Amino acid sequence: MNRPVLQSPSPAPVSTSPASAAPASGASAKSAAGMFAAYDTPDFFCELMNRTDVLPPSLQTVRDRLAGFDLAELRHRTNTAEAQLYRLGITFTVYSDREAIDRILPFDMIPRVLTAAEWDHIDRGVQQRVKALNLFLRDIYHERHVLRDGIIPAGLVLNNPNYCEAMVGVRVPGDVYVHINGTDLIRDRSGRFMVLEDNARTPSGVSYVIENRHMMLRLMPDLASGMPLRSVEEYGLKLHQTLCEVAPEGVSDPQVVLFSPGIYNSAYFEHVFLAREMGVPLVEGRDLIVENHRVYMRTVAGLRPVHSIYRRLNDEFLDPLAFNPDSMLGVPGLVEAYRRGNVTLANALGTGVADDKAVYAYMPRLIRYYLGEDPILDSVQTNICAEEEGLAYTLANMDKLVIKPVGESGGYGLLIGSQATQTELDEFRAKLLEDPSNYISQPVIDLSVSPTLCPSGVEARHVDLRPFALTGHNTWVLPGGLSRVALRKGSLVVNSSQGGGSKDTWVMAR
Amino acid sequence: MTQTSTRFPAMLANLNMLLSRYGESMMWLARYMERIENLARLLEVTEAFVRNPDGSPGWDSILQINSDEERYAAIYPLPATEENILAFYITESANPTSIRAMAHMVRENARSARPLISTEMWMQLNVFTRSMMELSTPDIRRNGLSGLCNRLKQDCQTHFGVTEGTLYRDQAWLFYLLGKYLERSDQITRLIDIRYHTLLPGGETSGSQMDITQWGSVLRSAAAYHAFRRLQPVTTTPANVVGFLLKNEGFPRSLMLNLRQVDNTLNALSTHYNLRHQCSPLQERIINLRATLEDQTAEDIISRGLHEYMTYIQDQLAALQAEVSVTFWPAAPVMTREETLTPQ
Repeated sequence: MNRPVLQSPSPAPVSTSPASAAPASGASAKSAAGMFAAYDTPDFFCELMNRTDVLPPSLQTVRDRLAGFDLAELRHRTNTAEAQLYRLGITFTVYSDREAIDRILPFDMIPRVLTAAEWDHIDRGVQQRVKALNLFLRDIYHERHVLRDGIIPAGLVLNNPNYCEAMVGVRVPGDVYVHINGTDLIRDRSGRFMVLEDNARTPSGVSYVIENRHMMLRLMPDLASGMPLRSVEEYGLKLHQTLCEVAPEGVSDPQVVLFSPGIYNSAYFEHVFLAREMGVPLVEGRDLIVENHRVYMRTVAGLRPVHSIYRRLNDEFLDPLAFNPDSMLGVPGLVEAYRRGNVTLANALGTGVADDKAVYAYMPRLIRYYLGEDPILDSVQTNICAEEEGLAYTLANMDKLVIKPVGESGGYGLLIGSQATQTELDEFRAKLLEDPSNYISQPVIDLSVSPTLCPSGVEARHVDLRPFALTGHNTWVLPGGLSRVALRKGSLVVNSSQGGGSKDTWVMAR
Repeated sequence: MTQTSTRFPAMLANLNMLLSRYGESMMWLARYMERIENLARLLEVTEAFVRNPDGSPGWDSILQINSDEERYAAIYPLPATEENILAFYITESANPTSIRAMAHMVRENARSARPLISTEMWMQLNVFTRSMMELSTPDIRRNGLSGLCNRLKQDCQTHFGVTEGTLYRDQAWLFYLLGKYLERSDQITRLIDIRYHTLLPGGETSGSQMDITQWGSVLRSAAAYHAFRRLQPVTTTPANVVGFLLKNEGFPRSLMLNLRQVDNTLNALSTHYNLRHQCSPLQERIINLRATLEDQTAEDIISRGLHEYMTYIQDQLAALQAEVSVTFWPAAPVMTREETLTPQ
């Protein structure tokens, strides 16, 4: 059918960068210099460049295409990306004394690529670990076999500040405690993946995994074109499905909500993102009310029952009747409703004891104990300063170790011995001796690096990886994860609060 | 998942669950955006057309329109100067009716409602409110007041356009509309009120040249000047202007049209979302209010006291807003009958 053309024809597509015309891998040895001409990664495992064996074809393609990019072009696209993130409000809020400042998480346009084989290893390793975490939590809040069998010191568990008395004897649907888990992984000099930390409370960052991908496909279509990338789009659906699966028994069409501390929380964007992806209301404490030990939300039509709550508040803020009586964020009576099984909280109360830095040291043993399997993912050797031996070793080797307070997260309060001055070492020694049980120590792991756009060109920067696992009836790991990058030269601290940025993580389907 | 192809989303019981807080945020989001646009119009028209007897711009009138005299005097010295009035209405954070303070309120409400509003809406509001909150006096001087007002109007209109084109039509949309039409109803009465002192009961003021110019400026600030000219080609009398702004059925900012829209919106909430019980007392108020408008001519209103009638309308609208709050976001929510009867 003929239609009158009133508009001028659309302009030709924006010119594709030279990279889209990059030769097929193999013919590209020379061009591989290009952007990487000055790239140097002494001593570290590079995610893109110095793999020992033959580079897998997918990585070779990414590397060849990248080599064809012009530095100025890459910088231009980076600026465009960051301006878009700011406009879109994909930001976290930093509060100073007087004002709230919206910051973006700096985004690096060079993706971090994982091969299908690497991902398979991670996927199985994370699933195994989450399974063990859930069995451990069920055990310590019920029979406590693991304590009686002497696998882990009872004091370490029962006197742990994150051990939640209110959970003792409480059954949770499907025996799932950790519904949403983030496992922090690093790679040592040989490229071996190791678990650095479990995040079994309210791990954050998954929104960046998905938004980074969107940004990547918008701004680097020539790099991604034709690559067998595994999609990260499913996360919202899977999360909703998970929360429905663990709803209280007998509820056929559960009402799921996301419980956020509100617009002043630094992760509010992520809460909005996840609520939208799931298509469920984002509620604050004042939107919920408990009557007759059942939870309701306040709607314009009156109260509506709520069955599954993805809460993004820590335990102590959930319910002023059960925990911190000063909390204005919580819902009075929520914990009792939960204990009676009328509502599901994800994650469960009291999961913090399982991702504690001191309990971490026992994870390999716990995996063997509960599953009768060897851990698929290695852990970092950990010295527990609460134990005499661990303390002595730590004090003798301070300059070679990373010493971490067990209660902190976000990279706060840790000491990297090799980078500390003598004064800093002395001060830390005093703190350590004052309260040894508050610390663990680990050898410095030479985190892997990834080529990253820096002010002076493309340089090696350290990265980690946080895959996200969802557990309802089964465990599912989002194929990808948050690759955080330490933007400061030589820095090993990737946390966003400490000057970290992020990269899109590409998991190859083949 | 439930089926998706239903004519009224609310027919799916699950979707009839707008959080009270969202309803409140959507309503105030619309009200503040509408208010910013109106203030921009008012500032622009005042600078260009409203004159004191000595020929200088009549800035004082803006304070009267917004009932801001006391608030102003608490912050700035009297008599009011142009510079101070502009600062008071544009950059003064201590004044809740300034552009900056209202942009802040828009932002807070938009952040609250962000899970509901479209990404395009959020993006535009994010950029707009941030730039308004960063606005400084030198910025205003550089582009001139009319430059700023034009930009404000355009940004507000962009917002209304993006919203119309992208916001999902459910209860959130209806609460948004409710806010918008209530605010427009209120604004038009304030705009008319600006000239009440020239219209004493009995209508003995003359249609002097000065008077006509000032009524012209009232029309302009409501973007009504040309529409009015099309209908009233011969005379510009106070009663004609007042009649047009209050009772015209086609002018998008007339009181009559906006009260009808409020009624329509409540009606949609009532029938599509099964909120008859909540909406009917509110609709009753609107019906009564419309009746007072339909039963009087502009001449009647002027002779009985324009200012008194405008104040009456403003009070009724404020009472309606208060009742909306109590109905849809009460401080202590009550169990609905349905919920208390049905076990989970």
